[in-house]
Amino acid sequence: MDLQVTEITVLPGKDKNGETEHFDRIVIRSGETLAIVGPTGSGKSAFINDIEVFARDDTVTGRTVLVNGAIPPDDYVRDPAKKPIALITQNTKCLADLKVAEFLEMHVRSRKIEGDEIISETIALANEFTGEKIMPEARMTSLSGGQTRSLMVADAIFVGSTPVIILDEVENAGIFKDRVIEVLRRYQKAVVFVTHDPLVALMCDRRVVMRNGTVVRVIEHTGEEEEALSVVKKMDGILCRLRERIRAGEALTGGVQAL
Amino acid sequence: MKLVVIAGPPSAGKTAVVRQVLRNLGTGETAAYLKIDVVRAFEDEELATEFGIPTRKVYSGDLCPDHAGIMVMADALRWAEKEEASVLIVESAGLCLRCSPYVTQALGIVVLSAISGTHAPLKMGPMIALADVAVVTRIDLVSQAEKEVFREGIREVAPGIEIVETNAVQGTGMRYLLQRIAEAEEVQDAATVELRGVPPLGVCTVCVGKKEIGWQHHFGVVRRLGDAGTLFRGD
Repeated sequence: MDLQVTEITVLPGKDKNGETEHFDRIVIRSGETLAIVGPTGSGKSAFINDIEVFARDDTVTGRTVLVNGAIPPDDYVRDPAKKPIALITQNTKCLADLKVAEFLEMHVRSRKIEGDEIISETIALANEFTGEKIMPEARMTSLSGGQTRSLMVADAIFVGSTPVIILDEVENAGIFKDRVIEVLRRYQKAVVFVTHDPLVALMCDRRVVMRNGTVVRVIEHTGEEEEALSVVKKMDGILCRLRERIRAGEALTGGVQAL
Repeated sequence: MKLVVIAGPPSAGKTAVVRQVLRNLGTGETAAYLKIDVVRAFEDEELATEFGIPTRKVYSGDLCPDHAGIMVMADALRWAEKEEASVLIVESAGLCLRCSPYVTQALGIVVLSAISGTHAPLKMGPMIALADVAVVTRIDLVSQAEKEVFREGIREVAPGIEIVETNAVQGTGMRYLLQRIAEAEEVQDAATVELRGVPPLGVCTVCVGKKEIGWQHHFGVVRRLGDAGTLFRGD
């Protein structure tokens, strides 16, 4: 694992009309969070894919991605054990036939990591992100979206131990997103969120706004949105509690004021 | 002329990989394309229209498509030579996966889908073991840990194989495959091209159309329930 990755730089490509994108460069450093927002089809996935494959003007967008200011070595792309980025996709239901512990064991083996505790630590961390407990004996396919995503995040922190993590719509999985953000900050990860969620977007240090395949604006977290953030936090808290009560089968008589 | 043989299970994304290769083939390179399929194939017409290259197809019908490929390979080389192609791409239908269509003096590429399950590579044997490059498609649909676990499965079958991960529709990561094709050696002597591996024992009386059930009605290379080995009777 190369711990020396301290920043990732995205250099502009071309928009759908072939014009150069209107930003100079977007840099993301360890411990920083970046949100990618925009309507469906605006190019969010292409943006994270460019980062994930270290685009070198060889993707549809024509962007280039640098690591520590330079073109990264081929190993970063080709050797997963040296790749400093983990992309966690929306759909993680693909590896059909393994138990959770077997899956992690296989990943640990591919990384040639010593020690047995790492598997239980990873599952324990994953269980901090989700309300439904993940058991080592459970089959990967039987996990819910939230459980799988939680497991992938925990895996990226402990097993992959990548300095950069990209999360595609973490909020859709019923995962404790504020806890995920907090843990990722604690481990000094550089994190990119593709998100439609106001809380995730406002909590990030920077927000990249996409439209028609191109970056139209970068909004810095300067404190001007602090007021909105605190309201959104409260609303999110209410929604979380509501969700739990609905899940528990309660009838919400008496309105939501008391929550 | 270079010979590139592309194999892999159905729906793995072989033709998408071919499209990316054709789209990004260096200037001065001219490709010819042969598709070997069982009953229906459209790729030859599509690719001819899209890229304006000479293409052909062969239907194997009742014969295994990889066997059909072996039968026509020498003729295909002569055809592509006549078309003045610098690269001949042969795409197999890819069916039972017990066999490997790669030949000597060629670049052998196996295409696998990242969403086909952890054990998929282990079930494919020679098709992976005898290839030079494994192209893993639909890589955009799986998370990092899944990618690594899938690679581990491929490496278990073929420790030294080169792995290229791609979203073949977008062509990400394809530069490494193109590099490998660029570095590939030319066919030295078409008359000496041969299969890299020994094909599986195959033809029995079922394959030649006998309908009776039970091993006693058949001869060739047959196996009884409970037998460890294969039984050969008659000729």
